[in-house]
Amino acid sequence: MKKLESSLLNMVLVLTGVAVLMGMVLAYMNHLTTDPIAQQKEKALNEGIKAVMASSDIEVTATDTLRQTDAKGKEQTYIIYQNKKGAAVESTTLGFGGPLKVLVGFDAQGTILGYTILEHQETPGLGAKADQWFKQGQNGCIVGMNPKDSLFVKKDGGQVDAITASTITSRAFLLAVNNAYKAYMNERKEDKQ
Amino acid sequence: MNYLNIIKNGIIKDNPTFVLMLGMCPTLATTTSALNGLSMGLATMTVLLCTNVVISCIKNITPDKVRIPVFIVVIAAFVTLLQMAIKAYLPDIDKALGLFIPLIVVNCIILGRAEAFAAKNTPLASLVDGVGIGLGFTLGLTLLGIVREILGSGSIFGWTFIPEHYNILLFVLAPGAFITLGYLIAIVNKLKK
Amino acid sequence: MEYILIFISAIFVNNIVLAQFLGICPFLGVSKKITTSMGMSMAVAFVMTLATLVTWLVQTFVLVPAGLEYLQTIVFILVIASLVQMVEIILKKVSPTLYQALGIFLPLITTNCAVLGVAILVIQKEMNLGQSLVYAFSTAIGFGLALTVFAGIREQLELTNIPKGMRGMAIVLVTAGLLSLAFMGFSGVDVGLRKLMGIE
Repeated sequence: MKKLESSLLNMVLVLTGVAVLMGMVLAYMNHLTTDPIAQQKEKALNEGIKAVMASSDIEVTATDTLRQTDAKGKEQTYIIYQNKKGAAVESTTLGFGGPLKVLVGFDAQGTILGYTILEHQETPGLGAKADQWFKQGQNGCIVGMNPKDSLFVKKDGGQVDAITASTITSRAFLLAVNNAYKAYMNERKEDKQ
Repeated sequence: MNYLNIIKNGIIKDNPTFVLMLGMCPTLATTTSALNGLSMGLATMTVLLCTNVVISCIKNITPDKVRIPVFIVVIAAFVTLLQMAIKAYLPDIDKALGLFIPLIVVNCIILGRAEAFAAKNTPLASLVDGVGIGLGFTLGLTLLGIVREILGSGSIFGWTFIPEHYNILLFVLAPGAFITLGYLIAIVNKLKK
Repeated sequence: MEYILIFISAIFVNNIVLAQFLGICPFLGVSKKITTSMGMSMAVAFVMTLATLVTWLVQTFVLVPAGLEYLQTIVFILVIASLVQMVEIILKKVSPTLYQALGIFLPLITTNCAVLGVAILVIQKEMNLGQSLVYAFSTAIGFGLALTVFAGIREQLELTNIPKGMRGMAIVLVTAGLLSLAFMGFSGVDVGLRKLMGIE
């Protein structure tokens, strides 16, 4: 079969035809996968909340988005997932390599039940250890602490052991936790009023 | 057409990673662990199979002058389809491979193979070639991933067998990728003689 | 102020080639001579900045309002391919010597993962137009820096006696690894700069 010659009409027809056909296939696939993708996101969030509240029987009763200025005067957004045990709060700060997004679980008094790192750009083997370092039974455990007077690394006069050779990441992490606590407490104050 | 030869060719004589040196970007970036390397290789192979077959089917109705844009549209469409499928059904792989999934579009292997093979052979032969080259690429990536994971994290496919104390962090970071690949190529060169 | 941070970070701390692994093919392929490297870098800088501008505009004013984000990959790569064609035509007229010197590498800018990578990255990082352009331009300079420095090293390497097994790509890659290691020394500079400038 001889190849189609490269006349302008042929070229435009074939290119447009292929583009349109491909476009239609993509539109159909997009339609198919939009729901599963949204479901995956929701599933991941629910698993995350269960993990930080240290309970497998948790349901989010209300979701609030709170905007407040943090310790450095910059406006931040916090998402608070209320549940019967307390709340899981999403908080973001600037880490060593980029934004550090943490989900912290508090009980009604503000004591930390657990946490998980949602997003980070820290160095593997160093700052990236933050996903385990501060957990129950580890060197920098913060589970059971209450950030009433703010948590700091030992270097800054606080009670928490920083990750070896990753002070900046550790400070950023604790800042995220402290901010999350303040956001939650402010929200409870507003609720009471 | 000896199909077995085509496959052997893709894995050894024309191995994209160690011989042709194509597709270097994902090779260095996604091989921080054996599993990541394997996933990336298989994802690329999937796209390569599809694009090789489709391009081979339309090669006779594609005017010569417009073939590169047409190939690009086909490749981009399949990459987008792959992206959607991974986001919907394999979110962990989505997280691990990140930006490099859409970047399969500019993986020189795919366009290169479309030009060099699919545009001149039957769909069945192109399919087999896609399998061969895909396997060669996957082999290269997985091998690199295994070496980097063993040296850098003391594990293989997630199974840790070397105590953390002996891990050489460098190998999971950027310089380690370059250096490991360099030495692997040196070994391949030696073996070829 | 923040632009200076993006500038420094993109060139040194998160160098597109040595830290983010984008643009490796031209990095390994064109870096044999310093002059070709500089020419290639300028071409890439032009295409990268222009491509980021156009793709950002298309994403913001066409794809998102129409709910067609899933067409991002196709649209972006077609924009880049067209821009490269344009640059080729312009270069042929304006500087035929440079056009000859770059040879096959010019059309290869289309498959330069750095160009598509940056276009996608600025959308992922939710940068505004100003930040995106500064990022694209700075990244291109970082690419040029890595390329030119590497070319300088390779030109020297040609004059040395390399063990037979390591000749060719092997020694080139190991050298690139050492260069990448050197650039790792810049990590943390942006954090320090941030503190110095009082930005958080």
